[in-house]
Amino acid sequence: MENVIPYRLQIIAITMALCFMFFIFRLIAKGKLREEYSFIWITCTALLLLFSFWRNGLDVIAKLLGIFYAPSLIFLGAIFAIVIFLVHLSVVNSKQHRQIKDLAQEMAILKKKLEEEENPKKD
Amino acid sequence: MKSRLKVALIIPCFNEEESIFSLFSEIKNTRFSEELVITPIFINDCSNDNSKQILLDRFIEFIDLPVNLGIGGAVQTGFKYALRNGFDVAVQMDGDGQHPPSELQKILNLIINNEADVVIGSRYLTKEGFQSSSLRRAGINYFKWLNKKLVGITVFDSTSGYRALNRKALEIVADYYPDEYPEPEAIILYALNGLKIKEVPVTMRERQGGSSSIRTYKTVYYMFKVTLGTIFLYIRLKFNGKRYSL
Repeated sequence: MENVIPYRLQIIAITMALCFMFFIFRLIAKGKLREEYSFIWITCTALLLLFSFWRNGLDVIAKLLGIFYAPSLIFLGAIFAIVIFLVHLSVVNSKQHRQIKDLAQEMAILKKKLEEEENPKKD
Repeated sequence: MKSRLKVALIIPCFNEEESIFSLFSEIKNTRFSEELVITPIFINDCSNDNSKQILLDRFIEFIDLPVNLGIGGAVQTGFKYALRNGFDVAVQMDGDGQHPPSELQKILNLIINNEADVVIGSRYLTKEGFQSSSLRRAGINYFKWLNKKLVGITVFDSTSGYRALNRKALEIVADYYPDEYPEPEAIILYALNGLKIKEVPVTMRERQGGSSSIRTYKTVYYMFKVTLGTIFLYIRLKFNGKRYSL
């Protein structure tokens, strides 16, 4: 196989991927990122690393899928991943919306109960 | 003597300082049949005017929401409260004075006689009182058609927020109640859960203060949201056979 990417660029790509991975791991270790999200990000960094090492990977896969211009595979993959992740975030958001609503209602009802107990009604 | 019926009158209010006290005194001055014990409970949905101060100063019973939940969330708070505190019936009523307390007895009669699980006070059965704009009426006709198509029942005033629910209905709405513009969607919810829905003609007034939650520039969004909500709720209940929970 001919050299598709200069070595300098490959080194930069590997360094970037490693930095990104380190950043993700640090967030998880500090407890700032929940494990269920970290799974997605670890997969992303693993893919980045894989393609940094496997220089012809993109071309091979593009050829397999019958994609004429290999870089467009990157965009296809990236946009697809982003859309999926955004939908996932919307799902999480909807769930939290419901949870917050339930909590607020619960709190309001308890607050009323507490007040009733502190000042019993004089009818 | 028949046992007395405990009725929670749930009044959600968001910035209704002008109408709260007059509505409260009107309720207090309205005479109901003897077996009814009416307890008005205001739900302060994080108003940013003097609503809360008025409620406190006048010693009016209210539930104070810590964050603004919108009409659906506020009303549901009242439903949950009514269910847990042993009320037999919950009535939702607008906080702006559109729904005259004098019509309450008429709505409750159907529940007292066990003729329905949900009673909707409708302003279109007889052409009396405040009839609202033609645009809103067109929307209401559309919902009438949509309900008829989906669940086969005709509700003339599906956006009316003047409704009474018995305990059977309360159990359902405590579990799930639509958030925004809940009224038309809730009809599907009741119908598909096998509740008996009846409408009674009531005379409504023009709002006494504040502004409607349905403004003209929002109409398109309103129609779209309610249509989507209605259809998805229908699919969810029809094909999953279960009530909705996230």
